[in-house]
Amino acid sequence: MGYPHKSHPRETPVLSKYFGDAEARTLEGWKARGGYKALAQALSTDPVAIQNIVKESGLRGRGGAGFPTGLKWSFMKLGDGKPHYLCCNADESEPGTFKDREIMRWTPHGLIEGCAIAAHAIGAETCYIYIRGEFTEPIAVMERALAEARAAGIIGDNAMGSGKKVNIWVHRGAGAYICGEETALMNSIEGRRGNPRIKPPFPAVAGLFGMPTTINNVETLAAVPHILNNGPEWYKAMCLGSPKSNGSKLFSVCGNVARPGNYEVVMGFSFKEFLYDLCGGPLPGRKFKAIIPGGSSVPVITIEEAEQVKMDYEGFMEFGTMLGSGGVIIFDDAQSMPKQLARLARFYAHESCAQCTQCREGTAWMTKILERIVAGDGTFEDLDTIFELTESMTGKTICVLSDSCGAPVCSGITRFRGEFEALIKGKRSSTVTVTA
Amino acid sequence: MSDTKLVNLTIEGRAVSVPEGTTILEAAKFAGVLVPHYCYHPGLKIAGVCRMCLVEVEKAPKLAPSCATTVGEGQVVHVYSQKALDARKGVLELLLINHPLDCPICDQAGECELQDYTFQEGRADSRYHEPKRFNPAEDFGGDVLYVTNRCILCTRCVRFMGDVAGSRALCVEERGDRAHIGIAPDLDLSHPWGANVIDLCPVGALVSKDFLNKARAWELDRTASVCPNCSQGCNVTLETRDADVVRMKPRSNATVNQYYMCDAGRLNYQWINRDDRLELPVVAGKPAEWDAALAAAGKALKGGAVHVVAGAGLSNEALWLLKQACGTGLFRVAQGPEAPLAGVPDLALRADRAPNGAGAELLGFRRADQPLAGAAGKVVVIVGDDLDGLDTSALGSAAAVIAICTVVPKGLPAGAILLPMANFAEEEGTFTNLRGRVQRFLQARPTPGFARASWTVLAALGVAAGTGGSFATAEAVFAALAASESTFGGMTYDTIGLKGQVAATAGVNA
Repeated sequence: MGYPHKSHPRETPVLSKYFGDAEARTLEGWKARGGYKALAQALSTDPVAIQNIVKESGLRGRGGAGFPTGLKWSFMKLGDGKPHYLCCNADESEPGTFKDREIMRWTPHGLIEGCAIAAHAIGAETCYIYIRGEFTEPIAVMERALAEARAAGIIGDNAMGSGKKVNIWVHRGAGAYICGEETALMNSIEGRRGNPRIKPPFPAVAGLFGMPTTINNVETLAAVPHILNNGPEWYKAMCLGSPKSNGSKLFSVCGNVARPGNYEVVMGFSFKEFLYDLCGGPLPGRKFKAIIPGGSSVPVITIEEAEQVKMDYEGFMEFGTMLGSGGVIIFDDAQSMPKQLARLARFYAHESCAQCTQCREGTAWMTKILERIVAGDGTFEDLDTIFELTESMTGKTICVLSDSCGAPVCSGITRFRGEFEALIKGKRSSTVTVTA
Repeated sequence: MSDTKLVNLTIEGRAVSVPEGTTILEAAKFAGVLVPHYCYHPGLKIAGVCRMCLVEVEKAPKLAPSCATTVGEGQVVHVYSQKALDARKGVLELLLINHPLDCPICDQAGECELQDYTFQEGRADSRYHEPKRFNPAEDFGGDVLYVTNRCILCTRCVRFMGDVAGSRALCVEERGDRAHIGIAPDLDLSHPWGANVIDLCPVGALVSKDFLNKARAWELDRTASVCPNCSQGCNVTLETRDADVVRMKPRSNATVNQYYMCDAGRLNYQWINRDDRLELPVVAGKPAEWDAALAAAGKALKGGAVHVVAGAGLSNEALWLLKQACGTGLFRVAQGPEAPLAGVPDLALRADRAPNGAGAELLGFRRADQPLAGAAGKVVVIVGDDLDGLDTSALGSAAAVIAICTVVPKGLPAGAILLPMANFAEEEGTFTNLRGRVQRFLQARPTPGFARASWTVLAALGVAAGTGGSFATAEAVFAALAASESTFGGMTYDTIGLKGQVAATAGVNA
């Protein structure tokens, strides 16, 4: 974890090694810790060779989708005469996720190095780090580090004396969750309303300002210098579960747990040991009940399921949920699941960009139904309506925000139906007739 | 066209070949299938947001928004598969949960795509038991009233104002179900083309203040016509209720006005219905029979040199017959500021605020600021000019005055012969726009009293004066015109059709 507590011995601190180390924030401190070696080496390496190293390492996108990073980079057509762009997605707004925040707070130069390497690998001369507006401290830290790096000639028109141009800019978001969606993020940088775009065209063909663009998560980019320094085999070897998931992953843990915080473990780590050993188990006198393992957009699972999970992309899939962004939200037996899920739905209703009908209307309707159930005015038909509504909302919209609202709610109703039915049966109001 | 690659696909079992890059929605039109849609409009950029046009494409993992998906070779598209129908039913249900369902008091009822598609594919009932969202209606300025609660946020209006009209007046404000169309604090829809958003709005969210609560859509009769308010010649539909024109709407014509018309043209129709019309022929201050009036006029015409004042609102047919009966003459055209529509080439509210100045010129009439100049002592024939703002003193010394008009011009001497004629909405004919495009308009309302179509009156005048032949229809007049005027050579009402045809030697416009 590194900050505010010491790392647990069973963690594998790669990205989080210097969390809490104030010196690592400075250019000198970062260089003393081995920083910018990878960039110096990368700038004199052929971009395709870097793409191949990242491909071999098995690094997959850490923002939620888990798309192979090297493959994503290889979609950028080098030498096509167009300006290429790299966007670093630091709009970490997924409820329950706060890993990128710590990376930017403590190792800003690590991220800058990753961005510069990636920019070189995709033939981009400009990189925008799109940081969530509420992240005032990380923005200040990143700006300071960028100023240092620019002054030292590490980035700029002649990055590290290589003759290559790598400019990195911070773009501050204005507080919309949807701007973490890559095409909405690009619209936001362009100064437009942060609405997701229709794909195709994909960003690698026509992205930021209509030019080929790659968007990577903070954690993904921050991992790149380590892969270059230690070799792809080293990264690939960090694997305890599925061979398709490699490396270390930061998990943000919050909710009803003894020791919330960020934990970095190797892919495939046992979720049971993670929860009870690393995170210190439940609060005194409580029991874990349910877990949303990958940020609020993924299906909720019971603690019984969670205890069998291996923490990697495939491991979570096996239990019908997803690794997502690694934001582990823990609910214990003192929590009402209907209430929790109603609150989650409310978040999505608030954050829907309002383009697609299903999302704009569906998320708000779902919230109203759930809040009515929580208030004791629910009916059994309401539960059926929620499932049918989710069907209407899934896979039919421009982006996946609407799917993300339905996923935790439906999985929650399926797994904790008893709690919903208890609320419906014990209802206080007589204004709604129960016909089921 | 020969190098355009064609793509073959099957839509609802019908094979179609369309140019590469066509969307499935447009391709479906070739197959005779209209995919339900809201946000898509052929004149606007694609938004893909209403999700109403979802169709099933075989081998695709998800339903495709047909407005934003281009055709692929060998695609098999199902518009009415259960999956696609269910998806659209879901969209319709969601569009209606917060919709006020106030169709009985909504102007759009009867021509509302939300009504139509709900009737076609929607649910019969609603599962929505929550309170509906409420937002007050807002005056958007110009002719536009925004009834927020009916809005489905298709953003057609926002895209029109932004991409076509080049104004940042409209935007989407807020997020989630709180979203609505917002208006810039320093702007409103008094933009010269602002009222087009009313036509573009597929529901009753943007309604015309002018038309508000005037008529139900199903009570209206619709007639193809041409806007008489400037020389652009926008194709329009005249909508009449009980023989009164209550609304003028643009009729699409890719070459002239695409899907649009300006506010100045759209809202200037009340004069068509004015009730102070001349309804009887008048000779020597007394009502007369047509035969007597025409005989008097014919006799007067032989009494000396003739001075002709024509109107720029007369049809080509009327002008040609006037030329046959009395020779050519002068005409004036009211002027106003030009107002182009930024996103459409060669479309503007033109400075010439009359429909047929170009036709008059092609037929030999000449522009003049003072068309009565030189009229003194002559037989003056005034056709379709109200003489407003002119010095009419010359008429006092005229040998005779014959006025063929819809309303009695001011300043006529007491002994003038008055012949009542129809306005453009009451007869058939053609106008020639500023690019030389000859366009037909049809009769939308009956002629008041004993007034007759302008071509009927002028043909009869020619017969009475012994200088012209008689004609049974406007079409026959045009055929004779085309035979004698080489500019119009080879044209007939059939070749002109309802989209117009460029006169042979006039055309600079394609």
